[in-house]
Amino acid sequence: MGEGELLFLLQGLKWTVVLAAVSFLCGTVTGLAIALLRTSGYRAVERTTAGYIALFQGTPLLMQLFVVYYALALYGLKIDAWIAVAIGFTLHASAYLGEIWRGSIEAVPRGQVEAAKALSLHYFWRMKDIVLPQALRISLPATIGFLVQLIKGTSLAAFVGFTELTRAGTMVSNQIFKPLLVFGIVGMMYFAICWPLSFFGSRLESRFAAALR
Amino acid sequence: MNYKFDFTPVIDGLPTLLLGCLGTLWLALSGMALAIVIGIGGVILRDSRIKLLRWLVIGFVELIRNTPFLVQIYFIFFALPLAGVRLDPTPTAIIALGVNGGAYAIEIIRGGVQSINKGQVEAGLALGLHKLSVFRFIVLKPALRAVFPSLASQFVLLTLTTSIASAVSAYELTSVAKRIESDSFRSFEVYGVVTLMYLVMSWIVMNILNFISSRYISYPAK
Repeated sequence: MGEGELLFLLQGLKWTVVLAAVSFLCGTVTGLAIALLRTSGYRAVERTTAGYIALFQGTPLLMQLFVVYYALALYGLKIDAWIAVAIGFTLHASAYLGEIWRGSIEAVPRGQVEAAKALSLHYFWRMKDIVLPQALRISLPATIGFLVQLIKGTSLAAFVGFTELTRAGTMVSNQIFKPLLVFGIVGMMYFAICWPLSFFGSRLESRFAAALR
Repeated sequence: MNYKFDFTPVIDGLPTLLLGCLGTLWLALSGMALAIVIGIGGVILRDSRIKLLRWLVIGFVELIRNTPFLVQIYFIFFALPLAGVRLDPTPTAIIALGVNGGAYAIEIIRGGVQSINKGQVEAGLALGLHKLSVFRFIVLKPALRAVFPSLASQFVLLTLTTSIASAVSAYELTSVAKRIESDSFRSFEVYGVVTLMYLVMSWIVMNILNFISSRYISYPAK
């Protein structure tokens, strides 16, 4: 394996990181909206968002990507493959993050919400200043866990022909016929990004657990 | 949008799609069986007295949990023949699913084992129970009972992961769908229906797991 191949893999790594970052950021915004709707107190809205979450949690990520990818093509939208998969990953992330944050919003002690209501704080300020900061703290380990899952999930973009790290690996391995070496290196690259995140996440988790004791 | 939906390829291919569903369920259930074996074995090794063994298990868990399944299945797919093991794609996929699910199962089951009070184990030993019976009835069963919800959701995830096994053309729903799609070019219709099939299958797997749990690991213990 020469320098050129390694550079090609690093190029793929760059796209993996970009794809994961864009999807996570867009997923954060939409996921927050989902979580707020899911806890809004309006029955119909809560049911609908619960259905949305169940749909994404009950189907494979690969199928979600395929359906979004081909649905966009049906509407005749001429967009890059990478934007199409980014939309797919964003929807996926919004459902999972929405569910994680719903749990943490509900985990904030009731008294906090009641005190804020008693002070006649408006919904917006109650959420922004009282509930969400505490919920964020509770949700941090799970959110980081999902980020790792999302980074690993971007490997599925290879199926629709987007050249991120895994597809770059497939291409290189077809060229030089050393699949074990290539996929070993590709795996190490993923590990190098994901492991520090996982480590940080589990440390936060044990620190929060210690704080509760 | 002036696209006309045409579901005829899906309806014509329904028998093959349903067979594909069976393939997926077979992959998922055998993957789970392997995962639970690896999970329980790993938990025992994880707490063994030999330091090297402990570190090997920790390394295995971290490695699997921080790399994508697609890379793992490719690696195993190419590594097995080099090790002199010639297998069809489907058994290869089962091994990959079992290894992947096993790493998660080790973490989850270990959490349950740690929640068992040490006094219970000592009480069991004091009553003259064999070490294996103590492990089976006093440690493992209550531990599995305690972590059943997380184990079950991990196994539903494993069911969904089987779709990635289409990368090595194992026999399951996604590869069947791909074949129908490439014959008919009705991508959206095919994958839309297949997605709903997966939704039904994850529901079925959840029910199977609940049944196993109520039959074997919940109170009253049988």
